[in-house]
Amino acid sequence: MSTVAHRRRPSRSVRWPVRGVVANIAIFLILFYVVLAVLGPYLTPFAPNQLNVGPRLSPPSAEHWFGTDALGRDQLSRVVAAAQPALLAAVYAVTFALAIGTVIGIAAGFLGGLWDGALSRLVDLLFAIPEYLLAILVLTIMGSGLINASVAIGIVCIPRFARIARGSTLEIMGRNYIDAARLCGRGRIWIMRRHILPNIASPLVIMTAINLSTAEGAYAALSFLGFGVRPPEADYGSMISSSQQYLLTDPWLVVFPSIAFVVLVLAFNLIGDVMRDRLDPRSRTSAGA
Amino acid sequence: MTNVTPRSDIVLDVQDAVKHYALRRRGLRAPRRSVHAVDGVSIRLHSGQTLGIVGESGCGKSTFGRLITGLETPTSGTIRVGAHGVPIAAAHGTGTVQAVFQDPASALDPRMTVRESIAEALGKVAGRERERRVDEALAAVGLTPEFGVRYPHELSGGQQQRVCIARAIVDRPDLILLDEAVSSLDASLQAQILHLLERLQQDTGTAYVFISHDLRAVRQVSHSVAVMYLGQVVEQAPAEAFDRGLLHPYAVALRSTEPRILDEGTEHVERIVLTGEPPSAVSPPAGCRFAPRCPIAEDHCRSVAPDLVEATSGHLVRCHKPGELTLSGVARADAEV
Repeated sequence: MSTVAHRRRPSRSVRWPVRGVVANIAIFLILFYVVLAVLGPYLTPFAPNQLNVGPRLSPPSAEHWFGTDALGRDQLSRVVAAAQPALLAAVYAVTFALAIGTVIGIAAGFLGGLWDGALSRLVDLLFAIPEYLLAILVLTIMGSGLINASVAIGIVCIPRFARIARGSTLEIMGRNYIDAARLCGRGRIWIMRRHILPNIASPLVIMTAINLSTAEGAYAALSFLGFGVRPPEADYGSMISSSQQYLLTDPWLVVFPSIAFVVLVLAFNLIGDVMRDRLDPRSRTSAGA
Repeated sequence: MTNVTPRSDIVLDVQDAVKHYALRRRGLRAPRRSVHAVDGVSIRLHSGQTLGIVGESGCGKSTFGRLITGLETPTSGTIRVGAHGVPIAAAHGTGTVQAVFQDPASALDPRMTVRESIAEALGKVAGRERERRVDEALAAVGLTPEFGVRYPHELSGGQQQRVCIARAIVDRPDLILLDEAVSSLDASLQAQILHLLERLQQDTGTAYVFISHDLRAVRQVSHSVAVMYLGQVVEQAPAEAFDRGLLHPYAVALRSTEPRILDEGTEHVERIVLTGEPPSAVSPPAGCRFAPRCPIAEDHCRSVAPDLVEATSGHLVRCHKPGELTLSGVARADAEV
C-alpha cells in the first residue's frame, strides 16, 4: 500500500514541448499579445473608439505615436485594442474545430463501417468547398461578429482535425491494448477516452498550433471584408480595409495594424513549427500543413 | 456416452466454428468470394488444461483465437465458454476469457502505468480491494510493487509480458488465450515465462489455449495439441502422442523441421521439406487441403476430402493415409506387415 501513497509523478515521454531560441521568441511574442489583449483597456492612452481625440489624419507624433485616423481616433489605442478580438477569434475558432473535429475523427475511426463512411464523406464535403467561400457562406447565414466569424473559421478547420484524428485512431485501433481493454469488459466510451484520446493527443496538439495562424489570417481576411467585430470596435482587418483609400497619402494608417497583425501570425506560425519539430520527428520541414 | 465429464469442467466448447471474411467482389457479376480463415473447428477444453494450437502463418490459428475470445464473431458454429457454458457473445467482456498477445509493447497502453493497465481488468472491483488484487497479481508474476508506478517504456520486454499476464489473471478468468505469447521473447525469457504460466495454472486451474508456430514451446506447456492447416484441424493429439506417433503427414513434416540438438539420443530424423505455398484460402482444394503439398498424396486424396476421425482414443486425424509418413521417412504399408 505504501507505494500508492508516494506515487512519484511519472516521467512522461512528452515534456514541455517547446525549447530553443525560436520557441522563446514565439512564446514571448504571444505573451506580449496576451498582455495587450487582457490589459489593453488600461494601457491605451486614449479610448480606442472615441472620435476626435486629436486632429484628423495626423502623422505619428509624440502625442499620437501611430498617428490618428480619418475620424481623429488614436491609432495606437486602436492597434492595442484590436489584439483582443484577434486572439479570441483564433482561439475560439481552433477550439471549436478541435472539439468537433476530434469527436468526428475518433467516432469515424473507432466505429468504422457505415459511421466511418458517413462521417468521412461529410468531412470530404466540407473539405471540397473553397475555404473562404464556405466561411462567407456561413457568415451570410449567421450574420457577422466575433463569435460567428470564429465559428465560420472553425467549420472550415474541422476537416483537418477530423482527418488527423481519424487516421491516428485507426493506427491505435490496431494495437493489442484496445483488444485487451475490450476483453476486460471496457465499453466504447472508456476505450475512446482512456486509450484513444491520450494516444492521439500529440498530432492534435501540433494541428492546433499550426491552425492558430491559419485561423488568425482567416479572421483578419473576414474582418477586412466586414464580417468581424461591429464597426466602431477596432480590428486589424477592418482597420486596414477602412484605411485603404489613404494608403498613398497617409500610409501609417495601413502600416501599423498590418505590422501588428503580421507579427501575431508569425508568432503563431513559429509556435506551430516548433511544436511539430518537437512532437513529430518525421517532419522537420517548415512547410505549411 | 453423453456427459462423461461433468458439464462444469468444460471451459471451452467450440462446435464447428467457421469464420469467413467476405472479399470485395471484382465486378457486379463476379461471384461472391470469401477467405476461409477458420473452416469447421470443434474443440473442447477442460479447466486446468492447456490446448496447444500450431500451424504456419495464415492457417487460421490467430483467427480461431479471436473467435474464442469474442473479438470476432463466427460466421457459423457455436462457441461456449466458462463453467456455465455461456455463449461467447454473452460472455464477451465479462472477464471469463482473457488474452496475452505476442507483442507486449503493443498490448500495453504507453500512457498508462502498470497498475492502471492491470486494474483495467477489475471493472467491478473498487477501492482497497482493487489495490490489493493488483498487488497480488504483480506478486504472482514475480514483479515487485514498485513496478506498479512505471510506464511500459520503462520496462524490458520480459517485464512487459509479465504485466500482460498479470492483467490477464487478475480477474481470475476461466480461460486465457496465449496468442504467440512467448514468440517475441528470447530463449531464456521464453523458458521463464512458460514456467510462470505453468505455475499459475497449477495454482488457479485456469485453462489455456496456447497458439504458436513454435512447436517446442507448445509441446512444453500443452496437455493436448491441435495442428491446423488452412483453417482446419488436421490432427489433434494428446501431448504424449505428439512426441511419437504423429499420424498426419503435415504434422510429421512440421515436427521434422523442428531444430534439435544432434546429441539428444534420438534416432535419425529425415527433414521433410514441403514444397510450394499453402493453397489459397479463398478457394481451398476440393479434396484433402494438404494434398497439393503432401509427399504421399494419391489421386484419391485430391478428389475426396477426409474427415476428422478418431484414430486412437483422444487422437484425431484428418487423413486418408494416417501414419504412412513418419519422422524416419515414408513407412511403406506393405513393408510393415
